[in-house]
Amino acid sequence: MLIESGSPVAADTRVGISLTINGQRRDLQVAPWTTLLDLLREHLDLTGTKKGCDHGQCGACTVLVNGTRVNSCLALAVMKDGAEITTVEGLAALSGEGRNSLHPIQEAFIEHDAFQCGYCTPGQLCSSVGLMNEGHAKSRDEIREAMSGNICRCGAYTNIVDAIEDVMGQGGGR
Amino acid sequence: MTQTFSSTGHDRFVGTPRSRVDGPAKVTGLAKYAGEFTAPDLLHGYVVSGAIARGRITAIDTAAAEAVPGVVKVLTHENRPRTAWLDYNYQDAVAPPGSPFRALYDDKIHYSGQPVALVIAEDFDTARHAATLVRVDYAPETPETDLAAAAGSAYDPPMKRNGIKPPPKPWGDPDAVFDTSAVKVREQYTLATEHHNPMEPHASTVIVEADGSYTVYDKIQGVSNSHGYITSVFGLSKDKVRVMNPYLGGGFGSGLRPQYQLFLAMLAARDLGRSVRVVLTRDQMWSFSFRPESLQTVSLGADRDGTLQALSHDAVQQTSRFEDYQEVVVNWSGVLYKCGNVALTYKLAKLDTFTPADMRAPGAVTGVYAIETAMDELAYAAGIDPIALRLKNYTEKDQTAEDKPFGSKALKACFAEGAERFGWAKRNPEPRSMREGRELVGWGVATGVWESMMQQSSAHAILGADGRLEVGNSTGDLGTGTYTILTQIAADTLGLPMEDVTTKLGDTKLPEAPVAGGSWTAASSGTAVMKACRDVAEQVFKLARTMEDSPLANVDFERVAFAKGRIAVAGDPGRSVALVDVLRAAGVDRVEATAEAGPDKDFNAKYEAYTHSAIFAEVKIDEELGQVRLTRIVSAIAAGKVLNPKTARSQILGGVVMGIGSALEEESMMDTRIGRFMNHNLGEYHVPVNADIHDIEVIFVEEEDRANPLGVKGLGEIGVVGTAAAIANAVFHATGKRIRHLPITVDKIIA
Repeated sequence: MLIESGSPVAADTRVGISLTINGQRRDLQVAPWTTLLDLLREHLDLTGTKKGCDHGQCGACTVLVNGTRVNSCLALAVMKDGAEITTVEGLAALSGEGRNSLHPIQEAFIEHDAFQCGYCTPGQLCSSVGLMNEGHAKSRDEIREAMSGNICRCGAYTNIVDAIEDVMGQGGGR
Repeated sequence: MTQTFSSTGHDRFVGTPRSRVDGPAKVTGLAKYAGEFTAPDLLHGYVVSGAIARGRITAIDTAAAEAVPGVVKVLTHENRPRTAWLDYNYQDAVAPPGSPFRALYDDKIHYSGQPVALVIAEDFDTARHAATLVRVDYAPETPETDLAAAAGSAYDPPMKRNGIKPPPKPWGDPDAVFDTSAVKVREQYTLATEHHNPMEPHASTVIVEADGSYTVYDKIQGVSNSHGYITSVFGLSKDKVRVMNPYLGGGFGSGLRPQYQLFLAMLAARDLGRSVRVVLTRDQMWSFSFRPESLQTVSLGADRDGTLQALSHDAVQQTSRFEDYQEVVVNWSGVLYKCGNVALTYKLAKLDTFTPADMRAPGAVTGVYAIETAMDELAYAAGIDPIALRLKNYTEKDQTAEDKPFGSKALKACFAEGAERFGWAKRNPEPRSMREGRELVGWGVATGVWESMMQQSSAHAILGADGRLEVGNSTGDLGTGTYTILTQIAADTLGLPMEDVTTKLGDTKLPEAPVAGGSWTAASSGTAVMKACRDVAEQVFKLARTMEDSPLANVDFERVAFAKGRIAVAGDPGRSVALVDVLRAAGVDRVEATAEAGPDKDFNAKYEAYTHSAIFAEVKIDEELGQVRLTRIVSAIAAGKVLNPKTARSQILGGVVMGIGSALEEESMMDTRIGRFMNHNLGEYHVPVNADIHDIEVIFVEEEDRANPLGVKGLGEIGVVGTAAAIANAVFHATGKRIRHLPITVDKIIA
């Protein structure tokens, strides 16, 4: 689709959208250029979702949109109108055991020391849950391949695979 | 198994695998990083990066940016507020000699990507948009960014960098002996420029408090360094500034020095009297520190049996025009191998780039890659096994330090245990001799070495009436596990469960500790915490002895044990008293102590201290595709006592992964015509991803060391050192092709 050149969108343009974020419905007025990532971090103070590159190259911003993992830096918030968003802050509730207990993947990341600095971790966790939802990856090689959109500069990769295998062995944690 | 030495008194948690105490905060998103703290009316600063590598700004037009609703100000060199005058004021705790870079100082452009303006707006979107409207005109000059071209004017740095040992004076006559040696290797080696790229981009949030003081959250590996920098540059008294950074999204050395976003955020906050946050973009992470390029030549002359007779290692390394960055590149060759004729030289060449910076095992990654590849070449030239060659030239003394013995050196055990686990005995030494399907298989080995250091550090311990203990100091946890090991040490020293101990770090209100770097944190902060806890223990014991009918009356401190929240007479647990009861009886709500720890001068006078490793690598290579798959690494580490095998293993895994990056992927490509790194994003600068990493096995060999009371030697860097050489040697074994310029990419395999 070609975008017609013409008068630019006014700086104060806002679009009304409705998102369910971590189980809570939010009616929001957002600028059409605001990414889902900036909406979460800058406007809703959900800073658990990280900005590592803002170009879809590192995966630190991975969240679940209707159960599917996406790079929230590459998604405009207005495009997700009506969607159900789960961020790292809402993962624990997914386990169905209430907000105070952790999701099995969170427990497994701690147990297997699947992070060091913790900055890529929210993205790795959401990506892991997305991967398990997809149900394609079965072997270690397949997990490695399917987790390669999430960079961990601390190099916790082998432990991340161990953690995911562990949870998959328990039935995926859902 | 030998009894491992440790003086927490009672090792229950120390030495055992423990999950990170900061784990729950990090898996729930509650852990906040420097760019995530906020304040009412927070302003957002967005950096405009310069477009040329050398020259002058002739005009800077900010009118269009300032006209955007929501923009508060655009700071440039033309309107910046005054800051300190002298270079001295800008030299942070780990600065190399020279004139530190000052953002927005004048119209001069020193390097590509230099910040030329800061756009400050009410929200992030607006600042980012307005930054695109700042128009800068330049008078460009031709930059020099080609190290090979500048190498001719390389010089011995006149001012040495604090803490960096210059090369030792040569001994013997290496040139003459090399010429007459039976077996010779003389080759050049390079490793590409690498950028640290921690996952968290650099960020600073400066909060202006109601009383006019500043609370600063800065991405730094030690808040005391930022604190000193801010107070000195902005002329503020120490109590007007508090710097915090509870979590660091990776550093790897890029967070040792305060970076320009801190200066800019502080400048704007001072100027506007409002809180300001400045976060760099990923591509701006190429606009400051990096691991510098070095041109290295290694010459090895040996007898037919592999006995080294001559060793020369020369390096020319880049630095900036304004500072003489230095690291230890060549000394390692003299530390590792016994040789009667040795010359080690290290020179700098100035380029129009930012100043390089320490990056995980600075200098060692570079120099050990060269010597350990050259040693593999010598093994082939002499026709002996590469491990046998290393053992033949093994040294128990540090020739670069007047032949002082090593405090401990279990490198032989690393070779033995690593080789056993890897299956080295099954290796056919002939290149191209091992195959699996369509892939060539290669096995390589290398040594790793890093200094074991300790720095002056302080820490406090506060035991509360509820029996809970708080310990802490100002150093940072980069993901290294510092929170966890300090908690273990404190819990053991006072006999408490780990759950009853809270460790606080990264706050200038806490006792001062150095930046977290050099692998010195476990030794330095660990010992300080242990001593503070011991002091608290003695105080509580004294109070306990004065209790009415004290079960500890007439017992010496040396005869009691702290366990399960109680002080008990050793061997007679029936005679004990709970810590909380002691505090209650004494009527105090807390017992606290601050302790100092520093290097052991007597030990250092007698010994040299290093950690060592033996790294074994297996590669599988499809020659038609030129693809190298790194299928297996065994890294055997000798680093003294291991406080927490779980987090320690992760430290080594991380180092190994970064070494794999060095060997096979990482390369910041300079276009020397315009002096700019061209692949400044994570799509084009490749770091290892999950699919690149297969089996990594970490072995900690037994090693007793007495440089500090805990017996630790540090683990942050040793995992990366030598890893690239082991991989490059494996590539040679697989293909018969010796690639001396890292990274080993597809083009070099199929060339």
